[in-house]
Amino acid sequence: MKSCLIVDDSKVIRMVARKILEELKFETREAADGQQALDSCKESLPDAVLLDWNMPVMSGIEFLRELRALPGGGGPIVVFCTTENDIQHIQEAIEAGANEYIMKPFDSEIIQGKFSQVGLL
Amino acid sequence: MKPEDFQFMSTMLKQRSGLVLNEDKAYLLESRLMPVSRAHNIKGVEELIAEIRKTNNEALIVEVTEAMTTNESFFFRDIKPFDMFKDHVLPHVLEKCAAKKSLRIWCAAASNGQEPYSLAMILKEEAAKLAGWKIEIIGTDISRQVLKKAEQGLYSQFEVQRGLPITLLVKYFDKQDDQWQIKPEIRSMVQYKYYNLLDSLTALGHFDVVFCRNVLIYFDQPTKGKVLEEISKLMPDYGMLFLGGAETVLGVSDKFAPVAGQRGVYALTGK
Ligand SMILES: C[S@@+](CC[C@H](N)C(=O)[O-])C[C@H]1O[C@@H](n2cnc3c(N)ncnc32)[C@H](O)[C@@H]1O
Repeated sequence: MKSCLIVDDSKVIRMVARKILEELKFETREAADGQQALDSCKESLPDAVLLDWNMPVMSGIEFLRELRALPGGGGPIVVFCTTENDIQHIQEAIEAGANEYIMKPFDSEIIQGKFSQVGLL
Repeated sequence: MKPEDFQFMSTMLKQRSGLVLNEDKAYLLESRLMPVSRAHNIKGVEELIAEIRKTNNEALIVEVTEAMTTNESFFFRDIKPFDMFKDHVLPHVLEKCAAKKSLRIWCAAASNGQEPYSLAMILKEEAAKLAGWKIEIIGTDISRQVLKKAEQGLYSQFEVQRGLPITLLVKYFDKQDDQWQIKPEIRSMVQYKYYNLLDSLTALGHFDVVFCRNVLIYFDQPTKGKVLEEISKLMPDYGMLFLGGAETVLGVSDKFAPVAGQRGVYALTGK
């Protein structure tokens, strides 16, 4: 079973994402901001990260840069999932090492499609 | 809906576009023709059908025929056929066309343009191999409405998240308010034309590769066979045909045979 860390400051969104990912047979963990996510990754690296951008304490993009600098931190496949939907943000995410990018609102079809594109399904 | 109305409509649609409408799909007439009725200030679908039966109004018939088409499509649909195009079919036809250095590709049911633009993006990515080549991609459809959208190349956020890798989105699309428009460099690689697959196809010219995906499923067996036969006449012996995931030539036409190991790809048999 593959693992996915769901990072979003909205409990509701985490719940929706968790339901979708569990249906896709992922083992899920959650974090409410970038710092929590980073701590979780330092304990053990997940196969995938579904990552919000704007969060308190540490943003998604800051988390991603820290993650990629960790030993083995290049491993997890990171899929942004955010309301930021302009080219600049998307480009910044790709440069920081994001593998895919979902513009909210999302549904299970979009998550499933993007996850299979990056070889997680 | 009155049985004779249904009968009239299904006969007309089959004649016009090949669409087979079984009785269990009668609700489709209601749901898709309601907007047409409204646009013409006609009370309901029953009255719309009565109007067509009475006046035989050609413009209205065309509009109704278009409204009954299913235009669902997305970028890199089913992904594998596009990988096979890039990895197997393209090298194969490039070798065969090396002398003339020109390649013609046809999307025979182009819908909103996602299929031809997916191919155009692949070819753009492979540009290094194609220097000096003349490449044409022709997208045709029976629905003028989808052709218009295809020509604009303007897609919603939802549409660009179906099948399109994010790297290709940032590379080949411009954001227009909350929509995304394909860049002119890709847009200009595709030419769109109105074409009914039931008509004689010879005027379209020859094609080295044909995508005819997810349209034959709407036709009956004899129509499928006839269209495949017409398509085969437009292709050189090395030509390659792509069909949709739920479509096959087996038991339909002996002009094509599946290519081993490449699902959805068909080669001419020479019969
Ligand atoms: C489901 S879409 C397929 C789009 C694309 N090829 C794909 O696979 O995603 C089917 C298209 O076939 C078109 N179509 C239906 N009957 C046709 C006909 N007789 N001649 C040409 N196009 C037709 C419809 O207008 C519609 O856009």
